[in-house]
Amino acid sequence: MDNSKKQALTAIGIGMKRALPIVLGYVPIGFAYGVLAGKSGLSDANTLLMSLIVFAGSSQFIAIGLFASGTGPAAVILTTFVVNLRHMLMAASLSPYLAGWKKRHLAFFSFELTDESFALHSAAASRLGDCRLEALSLNMTAQASWVAGTVIGIVASGLIGDIKPMGLDYALAAMFIALLVGQCENRVRVATAIFSGGIATLLYLAGWHQFHIIAATVAGATFGLGVEQWTKD
Amino acid sequence: MAVVTYLPRLLPTLFLSGRHLRPIIVAWLRLVPPAVLAAMLVPSLLVREGYVDLAIDNLFFWAALVAFPVAWKSKSLFATVVVGMGLVALGRYMGVGL
Repeated sequence: MDNSKKQALTAIGIGMKRALPIVLGYVPIGFAYGVLAGKSGLSDANTLLMSLIVFAGSSQFIAIGLFASGTGPAAVILTTFVVNLRHMLMAASLSPYLAGWKKRHLAFFSFELTDESFALHSAAASRLGDCRLEALSLNMTAQASWVAGTVIGIVASGLIGDIKPMGLDYALAAMFIALLVGQCENRVRVATAIFSGGIATLLYLAGWHQFHIIAATVAGATFGLGVEQWTKD
Repeated sequence: MAVVTYLPRLLPTLFLSGRHLRPIIVAWLRLVPPAVLAAMLVPSLLVREGYVDLAIDNLFFWAALVAFPVAWKSKSLFATVVVGMGLVALGRYMGVGL
């Protein structure tokens, strides 16, 4: 085997290894999604298709919730859009590091960009320009585990009578807790999270369902930036 | 759903990659992840049926009080998810919450 092939394989291997924490999280959460989707009455094929072509954990959970409550497709699509707008901000924050990438690689990378893979990529953002293969391998491993979890969940859905005794409906919240803690490495970021969470709760109580997320995000990040600038001098 | 998921992920990388953003904008973007995660999480822990509810039977809130330190110590998505779901399951098994 020549050297460049060996290097490529090593990069793919490192990417898969870096994805392991995501895999451990995605399999049970994908499982929970597969089971809940089955309970909501979504067909097995559509449940799986969502994991393949949408690949957005929180949106998929929200979508099956809306589907179960009989909400129409337009509202489901609009909600997904609002919930996913956050990825726009995430993708934008990675983009300065993706300078040397070809368009088609960017297209594939973006397709599989999730909260979790974003967290890993942004922690190693400065290397992102040089380790394209590793980054793509990480993303693909993550999605493969999400799809695998979904399939197991679909199969199990027929066997499980009620999801509540297993706490499966807590999967998404627990995932957010782990991701949030990983993001709070200094005081400014903790303050940002607390402010944003507080605003989101107030807006939600005021009856803003879904738009509270994007509004609180903008408010929280702006507040955090203010704190950061204020405490800098 | 696929389209409205993909576009927000794609457009910034396609049009902003390699551009030099102003430092203040980069600083703001860096704060987006904690802000958005908290915005999605906190209401689901505190609010039930339109009110802030911290009673003992709001298992989502109490399980989070344990899940946060677990996440902090373990740095593990898996451990946090298993402990969180396990506590909610345990609480329901003991008849504490809904």
